[in-house]
Amino acid sequence: MKREWIALLLIAILCLAVGLAEPRYLQPRSIDSILLWMPLTVVLAMGQHLVVITGGIDISIGSILAFAGIGVGLLLKAQPGLPIPLAFACGIAIGLVLGFVNAALIVWLRLAPLIATIGTLAAFRGLTFALSKGDQIDGSTLPDGLTSLASNGVSAGGVTVSWLLVIGLGVAGATALFLRFGAAGRALFAVGSNAEAARLRGVSLSKATFVAYSTCGALAGLAGVMYAARFGFVNPGSAGQNFELTVIAAVAIGGAKLTGGSGTVTGTLLGCLLLSCINVALSTLGIDANWQLLAYGTVILAAIVVDGIRSKAEVAR
Amino acid sequence: MRVSRLPWDLMVLLGLLIAGSLLASFFIPGFLDFRYLLDTSTLHAEAGILALAMTFVIVSGHIDLSIASNMVLSAVFAGLMLKSGMNPPLVIGLTCVASTLLGTLNGVLVVLFRLPSFLVTLATLAIYRGTAQALLGPKSVAIPKEMVGLDQSLVAGIPWPTAIFVMLAIVSGLLLHRTVFGRWTFAVGTNEEAAVYAGLPVARIKIWVFALAGLAAGICALLIDSRLGVARHDLARGLELDVITIAVVGGCAIRGGKGSIPGTVLAMLLVMLIRTAMGVANVKAEYQLTAIGLLLVLAVGFGGLRGSPRATKVNL
Repeated sequence: MKREWIALLLIAILCLAVGLAEPRYLQPRSIDSILLWMPLTVVLAMGQHLVVITGGIDISIGSILAFAGIGVGLLLKAQPGLPIPLAFACGIAIGLVLGFVNAALIVWLRLAPLIATIGTLAAFRGLTFALSKGDQIDGSTLPDGLTSLASNGVSAGGVTVSWLLVIGLGVAGATALFLRFGAAGRALFAVGSNAEAARLRGVSLSKATFVAYSTCGALAGLAGVMYAARFGFVNPGSAGQNFELTVIAAVAIGGAKLTGGSGTVTGTLLGCLLLSCINVALSTLGIDANWQLLAYGTVILAAIVVDGIRSKAEVAR
Repeated sequence: MRVSRLPWDLMVLLGLLIAGSLLASFFIPGFLDFRYLLDTSTLHAEAGILALAMTFVIVSGHIDLSIASNMVLSAVFAGLMLKSGMNPPLVIGLTCVASTLLGTLNGVLVVLFRLPSFLVTLATLAIYRGTAQALLGPKSVAIPKEMVGLDQSLVAGIPWPTAIFVMLAIVSGLLLHRTVFGRWTFAVGTNEEAAVYAGLPVARIKIWVFALAGLAAGICALLIDSRLGVARHDLARGLELDVITIAVVGGCAIRGGKGSIPGTVLAMLLVMLIRTAMGVANVKAEYQLTAIGLLLVLAVGFGGLRGSPRATKVNL
């Protein structure tokens, strides 16, 4: 539980410090922005969480998000009457297929996960351009029912929890249950902490890999539809660009070991919350967006160095 | 063991290169114009030079994802120094020192905290490019005229960047295949534990390898500044993909212990051929991205199927 407390403490310190410097930060409006920033990261982070637990990594999620966003956008353009749940299902299905491709490369061609997903990061982004012919999906093609998911939600005391965040939290809850009680979920931990021991116990590395990467892809596909809902447009070039860094940062802050075998959903959720707070704090304090990438990089580095020190101390003991 | 393997891999690459050139010249008349290919080669010299250094990193069993970000930060750094009126030789020296330090930092973090290099360099990928972005924002720095246009000037009939690539290829070939340091690099990548027991300075070798990657990034930073005439934070986005692709197509095994400079050079020519042919055929940059991504995946997949990389690692 230790890591979660650290993350929570950091969030509290950050909110207090920024709130003192700029009282606007603790007003409902900026809390709204914090909550609105979260859902995409949460959904993507849950997928990455599964992959990271197996000891792998998926760099291609931003490209999967873009491909699914464009795909569903084009579908909605052709079929304006498409029910919203069906649009979500299509996004998930597209992501599932692309995630399956990643898994297939890793399992069948025995590629290192990093290399496989660097390759598909490029390949899927190129396919996104091919699919969209370079054109952006505009807000006019997106039904109001979809975009209102970002603006409407459960309101209380001037703060709105958007439907998108509800979806995000639902995904997080499902992930937690799956990892805690699902046999396939337990297998991910087994494979991530010791693949050889897991194999000897009859846990299949290939099956776990397929489960993790396909689910990660499916969630990135879901995030693609949520991206369209949140921003009201999908650009084949910029949609999801660099998201993998944000998401890996969230997972790393949450205490999931990036070398596999451990991690809690609560930790990753708090990681997303912390990044969201940082992000909104930067803009509230008037620090321009150009500092974001540096901030994420520093956060990732700090998180992995802390893990490195911790595991070194464990070895010493 | 690696020497006996080399010729076969190289022959496959050479065959692909020749077949590709013939195919390209069949579809695109005048494609095999030597002058034209030499001119275009300047566009690929940076990726090639970075791939030479990446070969060392991958052979040692590591990877440097931050190499392109390091180049961009160094390019911005050089641009700012030149703008402030520092004299060019000093700027060249300082840029290479700075980039080498950034590379060394990767190595130190990997060694000191026993972290996987892909995680460390993923973080520094964001940090280095992020620093460049924080320094410049959306602005760009113009490079003074006397430093611009190195790619337009020739040495012995060859454009400078290409000539530098060739020279560095020879130097790194000798360093990797003919020196003790090169042998150590292979030893660390083949079996780190065995290298430790054999008394090799494993930590130092790793740091050196990352420092080399940093140095290459500095050299390329100066080349790209001179070629483009401006330094921006969003230069060469995704160049690490090309660099890793070249190294891997050239025969580097991602788990370490295998790779060669001749292979990397041939792979650089192959990637250049593919990129140039697609460029001439008006294939959009985004589709080229797909092709390079596929090439990477196929090259590793092919290598992976040929022999289980895990089996080559001896367990102690």
